[in-house]
Amino acid sequence: MYGEEAASRLLLGTALYPSPQVMSDAIRAAKSSIVTVSLRREQARGRTGARFLDLIRALPVRLLPNTAGCRTAKEAITTAEMARELLDTDWIKLEVIANDDTLQPDLFGLVEAAEELNKRGFKVFPYMTEDLSVAERLVAAGCKVLMPWGSPIGTGRGLSNPHALRTLRAYFPDLPLVIDAGIGAPSHAAAAMEMGYDAVLLNTAVARAHDPVRMAAAFAAAIESGRAAYEAGLIEPSDRAKPSTPVAGTPFFDLDAPKPGRSRQ
Amino acid sequence: MTETATRLCDITLNGAAVATGAATLAALLAEQGFAGIKVATALNGEFVPERLRPATALAAGDRVEILTVRQGG
Repeated sequence: MYGEEAASRLLLGTALYPSPQVMSDAIRAAKSSIVTVSLRREQARGRTGARFLDLIRALPVRLLPNTAGCRTAKEAITTAEMARELLDTDWIKLEVIANDDTLQPDLFGLVEAAEELNKRGFKVFPYMTEDLSVAERLVAAGCKVLMPWGSPIGTGRGLSNPHALRTLRAYFPDLPLVIDAGIGAPSHAAAAMEMGYDAVLLNTAVARAHDPVRMAAAFAAAIESGRAAYEAGLIEPSDRAKPSTPVAGTPFFDLDAPKPGRSRQ
Repeated sequence: MTETATRLCDITLNGAAVATGAATLAALLAEQGFAGIKVATALNGEFVPERLRPATALAAGDRVEILTVRQGG
């Protein structure tokens, strides 16, 4: 992505874990090489940010700051600038949120912010819906990665619109595409990888599991498995059954005998 | 009334009302206990790089954001 090879196809969020130690262990178990972070208000004489940074910098990961909670392109652009200075990175996971109930991206604000951030030299990872026309606008704005949602953030519902996600994948065969948000189970992540998506970004499904560390490992295995399946080439589904065992040489087979499944005279 | 008190200026800092004697953004950070802490700043919704904080004057009604890195998804 943006000319850099990521060691892992599982991008992990850093929020909602039961403790900082569990977060660190889960990131290690996931073998993630990219993790997301946010920007929030600091307290006077506070060392919250410094402590968290020390913890995360001890891991072999690259940080992808987000603009979570931003409602307008302007808020997102300002947040991105602040993240670039704080973390010394031009990577930004761009979120412009339209609605509290669905946390769905404001696609108009998203395109506006992406255009400006690309002009300012950012490498933008836009959190978007699976809408093809928005994808084209984001690519035209200079985005070299797209991150369509699986389903709304935190819902764990998996891939709500697999047909549109397949279309998006087919439409941009060479662009890195990451499923971001809505993944609840390793099988959802595997399904995304089997479709040919390049990576999956998730947080809640791991952080809120009873055992986040084991769940992180489960996701890593599913994603590796789904990717291998995609590369190996999946068969086309068929409406009709086809015997896998050879028909030739079937015992007790007699052309004159009544056919199974049909009533005898 | 002291000279400092006459120069107190009402601003909003991270969403809360603050009366400050600081004339610049850099002075505000020192005054409010952010000295030596790595933060990013915005004034009235616009990013202010660290190097520009000493030259960034404050006025009544300004909205200042002081942010740091946190957990995120």
